[in-house]
Amino acid sequence: MNSAATKISTRGLNVFYGDKQALFDVNLDLRRNQVTALIGPSGCGKSTFIRCINRMNDVIEGCRVRGKVILDEEDIYCDDIDVVQLRARVGMVFQKPNPFPKSVYDNVAYGARIHGLADTPGELDEIVMTSLERAGLLDEVRDRLSDPGTGLSGGQQQRLCIARAIAVSPEVILMDEPCSSLDPIASARIEELIGELSENYTIVIVTHSMQQAARVSQRAAFFHLGAVVEEGETSRIFTDPSDERTRDYITGRFG
Amino acid sequence: MTEPRAADARPNTLRRTRAGKQSLARRYAAERRFRSYGLLAIGFALLSLALLLGSIIHRGLPAFIHHEVRLELHFDPVLLGIERATAPEAFAFADCEALLRASLQSFFPEARERRARRELFALLSAGAGFELCATLAAQPALLGSRGARSLPLSSDADRYFKGEVNAALPESERRLSDRQLAWLDALAAAGRIERRFAMRFFTGGDSREPELAGVLGALVGSFWTLLVTLLLSFPVGVAAAVYLEEFAPKGRLIDLVEVNINNLAAVPSIVFGLLGLAVFLNFFGLPRSVPLVGGMVLALMTLPTVIIASRSALLAVPPSIREAALGVGASPLQVVMHHVLPLALPGILTGAIIGMARALGETAPLLMIGMVAFIVDIPGGPLEPASALPVQVFLWADSPERAFEARTSAAILLLLTFLVAMNLTAVLLRSRFERRY
Repeated sequence: MNSAATKISTRGLNVFYGDKQALFDVNLDLRRNQVTALIGPSGCGKSTFIRCINRMNDVIEGCRVRGKVILDEEDIYCDDIDVVQLRARVGMVFQKPNPFPKSVYDNVAYGARIHGLADTPGELDEIVMTSLERAGLLDEVRDRLSDPGTGLSGGQQQRLCIARAIAVSPEVILMDEPCSSLDPIASARIEELIGELSENYTIVIVTHSMQQAARVSQRAAFFHLGAVVEEGETSRIFTDPSDERTRDYITGRFG
Repeated sequence: MTEPRAADARPNTLRRTRAGKQSLARRYAAERRFRSYGLLAIGFALLSLALLLGSIIHRGLPAFIHHEVRLELHFDPVLLGIERATAPEAFAFADCEALLRASLQSFFPEARERRARRELFALLSAGAGFELCATLAAQPALLGSRGARSLPLSSDADRYFKGEVNAALPESERRLSDRQLAWLDALAAAGRIERRFAMRFFTGGDSREPELAGVLGALVGSFWTLLVTLLLSFPVGVAAAVYLEEFAPKGRLIDLVEVNINNLAAVPSIVFGLLGLAVFLNFFGLPRSVPLVGGMVLALMTLPTVIIASRSALLAVPPSIREAALGVGASPLQVVMHHVLPLALPGILTGAIIGMARALGETAPLLMIGMVAFIVDIPGGPLEPASALPVQVFLWADSPERAFEARTSAAILLLLTFLVAMNLTAVLLRSRFERRY
């Protein structure tokens, strides 16, 4: 494993919700500027894992994390890590589109504002426009920047959320089933976008759609009962899985 | 082969069978009964409300009208007991009553003996002389001139013209004698009696004379009290709610605090009054009867309401908004200040206004800290002795003069108007700023 190619790696990651253990000893390397898909049946710990990477689990009552999550050679669970800085570097897109009940412009500008990324209104405009452009939304909302973000269609809202995440210039984008509430056309649009974004960002995506995982990702990891069963090139995982359970899941025998 | 029985327990058809029809009829009847119970309950509630409002309006309306008598006056300096061109302060000692007496006397020269004269002058309000002196002090040029002035009648004479005095009763059971009634009829016949809007009710402080008593003092007292209440309970309540809902670690201690806040909301208001008496007056030595202390006591009473309403408003903000803000790297404080609080604000304001409306109508705690005193002056600030609107209602309801009955109802009307206005504001705020996520 070439360490320069690894953006995030976890070592002995265990997560507990109260008395219940959700992740068991997860060791996983996520590569720089690649899309890694996390697949597995519901409740297997994919979302828990992804939320460990930007410490969104911190806000969940009774959640404890043991082990290491190393982002560029820094353990993000160290005591002196600033969670706010971490989340600026590791952005997140959620399952359900959750734009702020503000204008399209303010949705995208919010992150840049609180992190002080723009010194002048012109720079802020620049950031908003670039982010919307990259999220493939600019042409659709160019005339509606001051309309509420919640008034857009579901697919547009999700792309708005992606633009909002991009605007903070993160290095990693975590996506937790970003297409689960979208129709196939909007999903295809997002998938296309993920492909374009992977040139600049390290992307981790949780998905329940095998086809989607196969289409967008270079690498895949199969989770089962809180542990990583198998990990590797997406093409290999889908054509020649080495583990019985992976094969069963991919061929639809359980899950 | 046996034929399938026609009257099966569960016929394989949607067509209504006889037995099915019966049970269906029973079900419909039960539903109709249940609906009629509900309608009956609502009808009863509406009837009670109509009865209450109708009775208060019926009793209170006369208080907004007052009868005055127009008298020809000669502002004679000799009669007034002051020389021409004295300092304005001298008007305070002027004998304005003498002018009124002279004018009435000239209208009814037959009232000569002492008793008749006293009865005659009793037709005018005790405040008529003061009002005249105030006019004179404002316009010294009037001195020596002649002119007609409208002056308030006494409450008994006023009630006669409102038809509330039964002239058929024996003279000994009336507040007005036969002679007085005859004089009043004569004044009316001469076109001297005027029906006026009772401006004094809105511009005056409390008074022992019903025709002079007004709600302004109580209104201003209520205003200062509520201002103090708002300034204390709103920031403290919202801050407490935000901490409990957004920052506090879940645990035994917080549960205990929560239970206590919920219990406080149900504590009888007079208990808060006792607390205010013991702590604010006796321990801290704050002055009695002042809106500052009243506001502090009412703030204690309103706090639980504000906290509970604010917490439920905060809870109603969807977690996805918090996650979204945290996800782009907002600190917990930024999440609250930029997203959660603005979204919860309509709900918080609604709760605060309803809490304030409750505080506006509260009497018991104010009695305990001495805001029940008879205070004539309009309070100029939160540190001057004052009464409050509901306390004024209580005081007037307790007064023996018949004319206070109408004042009481009129003050209640005013109180209800303010309460309805406040609740309406709350409803409007909610519908105006409510957002869909």
